[in-house]
Amino acid sequence: MSIEVKNLRHIYDKGLPTEQVALDDVSFTIDDGKLVGIIGHTGSGKSTLLQHLNGLLKADSGNILIDGVDITDKDVTMLEIRKKIGLVFQYPEYQLFEETVEKDVAFGPKNLGLDEEEIAERVKEALTLVGLDYEKVKDKSPFDLSGGQKRRVAIAGVVAMRPRVLILDEPTAGLDPKSHQDILQMVKHIHATFGNIVIFVSHNMDDIANLSDQILVISDGKKIMDGTPLEVFGKRDELKAMGLSVPRVTELMARLKEKGLDVDQDILDISKAEEEIVRVLK
Amino acid sequence: MIRDITLGQYYPGNSLIHRLDARLKIIVALLFIVELFVVNNFYGFVIATLALAIVVAVSRVPVGFIFRGLKPILIILLFTFALNIFLVKGTPLWQWHSITITYEGVNTALFMGVRLILLIAGTSLLTLCTKPLALTDGIEKLLYPLSKLGVPTHEIAMMMTIALRFIPTLLEETDKIMKAQQARGADFESGNIFKKIKNLIPIIVPLFVSAFRIAMDLAMAMEARCYRGGKGRTKMNEMKYHLRDYIGYLLMFAFLALVILSRSFG
Repeated sequence: MSIEVKNLRHIYDKGLPTEQVALDDVSFTIDDGKLVGIIGHTGSGKSTLLQHLNGLLKADSGNILIDGVDITDKDVTMLEIRKKIGLVFQYPEYQLFEETVEKDVAFGPKNLGLDEEEIAERVKEALTLVGLDYEKVKDKSPFDLSGGQKRRVAIAGVVAMRPRVLILDEPTAGLDPKSHQDILQMVKHIHATFGNIVIFVSHNMDDIANLSDQILVISDGKKIMDGTPLEVFGKRDELKAMGLSVPRVTELMARLKEKGLDVDQDILDISKAEEEIVRVLK
Repeated sequence: MIRDITLGQYYPGNSLIHRLDARLKIIVALLFIVELFVVNNFYGFVIATLALAIVVAVSRVPVGFIFRGLKPILIILLFTFALNIFLVKGTPLWQWHSITITYEGVNTALFMGVRLILLIAGTSLLTLCTKPLALTDGIEKLLYPLSKLGVPTHEIAMMMTIALRFIPTLLEETDKIMKAQQARGADFESGNIFKKIKNLIPIIVPLFVSAFRIAMDLAMAMEARCYRGGKGRTKMNEMKYHLRDYIGYLLMFAFLALVILSRSFG
């Protein structure tokens, strides 16, 4: 499974006075098994891009190739796309609707037309993967759960469809620090289990640096950068000029250098940073 | 798709019509509806159409924008037109087997059609040229005498303001929920009517939950700013009549007189 986006363009309200170019000639490639972080301002076009990958929006021009199959092609059915690509929206807990957690998670697999046995198995697997105790939560109403748990159930609802590409739009938004860390661990765990492509959006540069193999920077509907965390966060000044930031460790190393301490700049990990500072100070 | 719905839409502008007092515009709109039913002949409709055309021209709202509001009632319009043209008895104009079209039928059908079009165009002009807030303010002021009888006029106006304010929010919310469920493979297009209704459950339940959440948040935010209903509450912008509004009232009465007179023309 690989994703190839070619010259994607999207315009909202085309032909009206409120016309707005949301995506402008965006191209990139994501190889199989990669964990990709997307950063950019609110309104930069990130969410629009994610909805394109799932076929929810139609491109004005450009192509999206999933494993060589162009999903912008009219002959490709939506169900076929959604079988392969799972999209978890921002605040996904607001889409819960069933009486029990089990039924809610089963909604996706049911729409795929799977048989009862397969659905039950997938629900159990998904709930366990997102770190919930299947036996404990399956008969509860999703509305009785805590905020962090609700979000896990909602994510499980997409995970249960076993997507080859899992997309998460700001999965940690509005959560307390503990739930925040739990969700990140969960993302890592799902990625490790399925070995699928995981794409996630975050405003937290530390999370992006820690999790991603590849980072895309979107600004004003254009792809500005595309590379490994070291490559992207090496361009600290450029990111700052766009109003974005770098991970705290990178910021620390950069400032130490400014103050005259000759530390290596290519460090994103806190323990490596510690070693490096000790080395230079010796 | 769902965002295309435009209910009680406001067309931003700064024309004379936009600046008129909301109370005047509400009364004029109501009276215009009544007048449309007072009118009973060709001359009356010409007067009403001309009057409306002048107001539209002064308001600088594109004509196409006004007629967009007619789309939803097109079916009703055609239905009343067809009913009148075929069912009204009188002097036969054209006959084919048992179907007869009479002179009176065509007459009533045309009158009804024009009446409906003018009705919708006239009333939508009210919302197009009046900010929702001014509109509810105006309604509150006009209802004020009723508050002496114990009618909670301020509360009614506040409810209307909030309802208008949250139409776009709820539409946006619906759009979001629909997309989220579509991403989970939900299908809203195919199937028969029962299946389609059942398919709406994944949208309606989260929408209700969202609506209640929004309502709670809003209530809390209002209370946090010491809102406690209408009693003793003053306005930041008091509604005040200007010279143009008095002239507006005069023109309104002149138009009313003209319409009543028109009945004796035919």
